[in-house]
Amino acid sequence: MRKFAITAAAFAAMSLSPAKAADITGAGATFPFPIYAKWAEAYKAATGIGLNYQSIGSGGGIRQIRAKTVDFGATDAPVKGDELTRDGMIQFPMVMGGVVPALNVAGIGLTGPLLGDIFLGNVKKWNDPKIVALNPGVMLPDATINVVYRSDGSGTTFVWTEYLSLVSDEWKTKIGTNTSVQWPVGVGGRGNEGVSGTVRQIANSIGYVEYAYAKQNNLSYALVQNKAGNFPVPDDTSFQAAASAADWNAAPGFGISLNNQAAPTAWPIVSATFILMYAKPADPAKSAAALKFFDWAFANGDKLATDLEYVPMPAPVKAQVRASWKAVVDTAGKPVF
Amino acid sequence: MVAVYERSYQNATKVTRKANPFGFDPIFAALSKAAAITVLVLLAGIMASMIYGGWPAFREFGLGFLTGTQWDTMNDKYGGLPAIVGTLSTALIAMVIGVPLSIGTAIYLTQLAPAWFKRPVGTAVELLAAVPSIIYGMWGLFVFVPLFAAYFQVPVSQVVEGMPIVGTILYARSPSGLGILSAGIILAFMIVPFIASLTRDMLDQIPTVLRESAYGVGCTTWEVVRHVLLPQAGVSIVGAIMLGLGRALGETMAVTFVIGNANRLSPSIMDPGSTIASRIASEFNEALGMQMNALIGLGCVLFFVTFVVLVIARILVSRVKQY
Repeated sequence: MRKFAITAAAFAAMSLSPAKAADITGAGATFPFPIYAKWAEAYKAATGIGLNYQSIGSGGGIRQIRAKTVDFGATDAPVKGDELTRDGMIQFPMVMGGVVPALNVAGIGLTGPLLGDIFLGNVKKWNDPKIVALNPGVMLPDATINVVYRSDGSGTTFVWTEYLSLVSDEWKTKIGTNTSVQWPVGVGGRGNEGVSGTVRQIANSIGYVEYAYAKQNNLSYALVQNKAGNFPVPDDTSFQAAASAADWNAAPGFGISLNNQAAPTAWPIVSATFILMYAKPADPAKSAAALKFFDWAFANGDKLATDLEYVPMPAPVKAQVRASWKAVVDTAGKPVF
Repeated sequence: MVAVYERSYQNATKVTRKANPFGFDPIFAALSKAAAITVLVLLAGIMASMIYGGWPAFREFGLGFLTGTQWDTMNDKYGGLPAIVGTLSTALIAMVIGVPLSIGTAIYLTQLAPAWFKRPVGTAVELLAAVPSIIYGMWGLFVFVPLFAAYFQVPVSQVVEGMPIVGTILYARSPSGLGILSAGIILAFMIVPFIASLTRDMLDQIPTVLRESAYGVGCTTWEVVRHVLLPQAGVSIVGAIMLGLGRALGETMAVTFVIGNANRLSPSIMDPGSTIASRIASEFNEALGMQMNALIGLGCVLFFVTFVVLVIARILVSRVKQY
């Protein structure tokens, strides 16, 4: 609820202030909208330059930047390297979040393969021997597991299914990774709110939501065993551990997966959310303004991000991202930032 | 109402004064004509853009777009059957539950209720018709669904498990409370005030003399309702029901909340499913390429289904008229 209030306030502030020609425009992912709105508010107070960000979903963000109606697009699922090259775009991560399995039963520990089996419908009851063996002493109900998933296409689903593909071969071959997939069992809820609301309402259910939603809605969540065999607690420390351990240059446009990192303290299901911009923008001044905003957010926005349960990028990653901005050039070929 | 009007109208001799060419009548006629044409142009424009947007999907999948059960965004394979079946089955459930309730309400309000009771109930029904659909959806998810799961789905599933036919239709594999039946019930709640208030108005329009005459020759209330009022208002009631059906077919938000949004064909009405409208609401934001075309194509199918339903309604109405 708190995030909602902040979002609403930020949104009201953004829409009430008269739009200036200098306003930066962006569109895309809904997941980072609250923090982008918060940053925009603070940036406007500091510099007088506003940001008009429309949270229309990652797909919409990609469409809008391809149609060149905005200065930047935002997407949760990274765009592939060949598509970036084809469109002449750069991509970089802005902020991160973790995904947790939200529960309508007592908090328990689960392993990745077990999560795969639950979402495949292979494990049907909460008192399945495999779950009981992992959680000795926990009273688990003799009830059917109600699986809840995102019915809308979403970056959260992308992260979740990618994780399940990494840890379950059956999931990888049968279902795969995407922003929406053919769920073999369960019911769908629309948006993070839809899934957290459904998990809260439906007895004996399990879903997956951004950590911030689980925390703000006081949902119980499962601890997931990471690659090193530990059960880390989901928080900004364990999310950042995953980001620090990752090799960010392994994919073009930083489009790597942060899932299932080997670091002993890393939470296994983590993702970044990305910004898309043209390398040779039609209006270099607007792109420069946008990059200045991102630079400001990297420098001054970490506190605001952690307040809203987002995870700031680690400092070395920020440096790499800043270096990548040199690729954005004006008509003379000079970097705009 | 329509029936009565039309009959009296047909018997009257038509007397029209010739319009003054410099008066307001030509302007009035032109404006009305423009209004009517605008509606037609809008309709044609929407239809054309939906066919255009959905064409790649129709061309790619052909008839398979209507009969296929896969909705696979990974491999770009789209078949709309589960959504089409979901749309029709939720609307059917809504009709089966909603129509008797609405007509019962209307008859009670116009014929049986004491005068002091008519007004508050009538106002309540009209208020219900004005509640936005998202409220029904949220009420459905937060209040109705958990109760429905605990006190209907679980016990019924336990009773019918293993039985022939009902054991299939009414068995919930995962008793979450969300599903086709829940969506149908919520839809019924939504269309009842709609159909009830229209039907009540129509029953009120029937000339008192007809009713009084029937009572005069010794009819009971049931006989008056069955043999005088319902035949008189029949055409209009069918019209009201069709309007309700149109709403049930196209309802989006409330259904999205309670249907479970699963792309699976299931023989059980307790299992989650999806409708065309809920599918579009769920996926439109993030859709790209062929998925977008498939969603617009589904919208086109919904357009067509609604059109067919309206045509059938027209035929029914003209049949009834002949009596």
